[in-house]
Amino acid sequence: MSIRIDKSKCTGCGACTRVCPGNLLQLVGEKDGKKSSIRCSRDCWGCCSCIKECRFQALQFFLGADIGGHGAVMTFKKSDGLNEWEITLPTGEKKIIAVDPKNANQY
Amino acid sequence: MILKEEIIETDLLIVGGGTAGCYAAHILSGLNPDIRITIAEKANIKRSGCLAAGVNALNAYITEGHVPEDYVAYAAADAEGIVREDLLLSMSRELNGVTHDLESLGLVILKDEDGEYVSRGWRNIKINGENIKPILARAAGGKNVRIINNVNITDLLWTDSENGRTVRGAVGFSVLSQKACKFSSKAVLIATGGASGLYRPNNPGFSRHKMWYPPFNTGAGYAMGIRAGAEMTTFEMRFIALRCKDTIAPTGTIAQGVGAKQLNSRNEIYEQKYGLKTSERLWGTVTENALGNGPCFLKTEGIDGKAENDLYRAYLNMAPSQTLKWVENGTGPAHENVEIEGTEPYIVGGHTASGYWIDDSRRTSIAGLYAAGDVAGGAPQKYVTGALAEAKIAACSINAYLNSLKADNGSAPAEFPVKEADAVIAGYEKHLSLSTPAFSADEIEEAMQKIMDQYAGGISTGYRYSLAGLKIASKKISELIPLSENLKASSTYDLMQIYEIKERLTVCQALIAHLEARKETRWHSFQENADFPDKDEKFEKYVNSRYENGKFRIILRPLIHAGEKYEHQN
Repeated sequence: MSIRIDKSKCTGCGACTRVCPGNLLQLVGEKDGKKSSIRCSRDCWGCCSCIKECRFQALQFFLGADIGGHGAVMTFKKSDGLNEWEITLPTGEKKIIAVDPKNANQY
Repeated sequence: MILKEEIIETDLLIVGGGTAGCYAAHILSGLNPDIRITIAEKANIKRSGCLAAGVNALNAYITEGHVPEDYVAYAAADAEGIVREDLLLSMSRELNGVTHDLESLGLVILKDEDGEYVSRGWRNIKINGENIKPILARAAGGKNVRIINNVNITDLLWTDSENGRTVRGAVGFSVLSQKACKFSSKAVLIATGGASGLYRPNNPGFSRHKMWYPPFNTGAGYAMGIRAGAEMTTFEMRFIALRCKDTIAPTGTIAQGVGAKQLNSRNEIYEQKYGLKTSERLWGTVTENALGNGPCFLKTEGIDGKAENDLYRAYLNMAPSQTLKWVENGTGPAHENVEIEGTEPYIVGGHTASGYWIDDSRRTSIAGLYAAGDVAGGAPQKYVTGALAEAKIAACSINAYLNSLKADNGSAPAEFPVKEADAVIAGYEKHLSLSTPAFSADEIEEAMQKIMDQYAGGISTGYRYSLAGLKIASKKISELIPLSENLKASSTYDLMQIYEIKERLTVCQALIAHLEARKETRWHSFQENADFPDKDEKFEKYVNSRYENGKFRIILRPLIHAGEKYEHQN
């Protein structure tokens, strides 16, 4: 379990690098072409703080094969006040789960 | 490499901007706008600490019809009596107040039609806690609070006099730039959290950090206190969580939320056989596996589609990997029972009772040094609201302490041990200038985790340990310490990883000394001494320790009950 960074979507804004509780993300590259990069994939806790910061869905969360990952990835965006989690399965099929932050959990 | 130096003067230094650290700043800033407060945080307070991903219930709240004494009784029974009832009582009295404050700061709490909180049992309430840490971080930002992110504190500074030891500040370095920081401070609040990563984890490979407790909580606060000679308590009461297999996501949401029972592979509900205390639920699962009745599960098959969808959302608010796993595998909890396993052991004063030995004001055995949250000992089952309660009590005590200093000394600057601070920084620079190390920090960590797993009661021995094994663990851990002194750092990020392994090795040494000292089995799995498999009333005592002249001196102290007052005597 860790994150992958889609370099074509990353704008190098650095929002994700400021929030990682493990200081794992940093901007790497030349002046105007800086992109977010993870220092070590194995050191990610899986808290998803970074993907919540990314306004471009450039950060994708995934499960390692050692804990049952099959190749799906998850991104996050705010949409109409909802927290929208988008899961893309290896087949390309997308599933969206929207959570209203104003509602408490039922459990 | 020579580091630039920055000197920061403050009245209160808070080490660690997690749950307790942020809330202490919020309370003290409100109490006294003239006090200079500085939070030093290794990462960024917005999401650092235990609450990074969120939390989906507040597990310590006194519901209608109950009193704080009920919470003390519950926590004491769950911990087989080895708790500080005085600390639990003062904490329990604050639980509801801090909860209401959290709500006013913006936390969403589930309410019924009459506007009452909806509870899950008599001491839990349901929330949407996805954003609980950003809420606390925002609350910490008072006008007199300076937040310094990305600074890793490694050592406390102190002076000695005939009145004992007094804290004078701390030393650390920036994780992102070549800078060392000296903090001169009249009081210090340690709020660094507990320690993970001591034992080989459930997923030792690619997902090695997919663990229950934050892998970035390395026991820094314990280690700096141990080295400063502070008294520590109950390290031997390890915490081992019962978790969803692989993702190490919480089980309580399923067990309590949809009433799922623990089921073995022979289709038997086994939890009643072992008891329902925290350690017994875990021990039952370990034992069923050892008997060949595993794997074990939470029985969720048959819950309806709405319940399944609600669980997906609940987990996204605290442990997103579990929802991803369900969706990715195409089998949610309605159609497949959820497999469970015990984690590797952690040292964490918010769930069990390990940590600094403190008085009711949350002062440690060192003057001016306070502790709150997971790093503070004696009061288990603290959870989020207990950590906030403790932070509030500590903040009030620190306010009184700073006021009394001012009355005695005016605004004279505090003493600052310059030589000691420089020696710590010279240690940083040594690692930054080494050229040919024998090993990497990763390799030392792997070695430490293997030793602790095999000889100090890790997953591979079903959490049991023997005195003969501990002797080997002690020897092997002490052999790693000189190796850790010769690790090479190319950047201050590397330097942080080196200090993290050093901290963990120090905590391992303390833990081994405590496990050795409790010559009974007080708790299943948490502290299961194979040489003394039964409970022994001789050990109805706290096992405490002080690190003196390179050795841990064990102190057995009598239990302190509610209504009794404990005072430090230096």
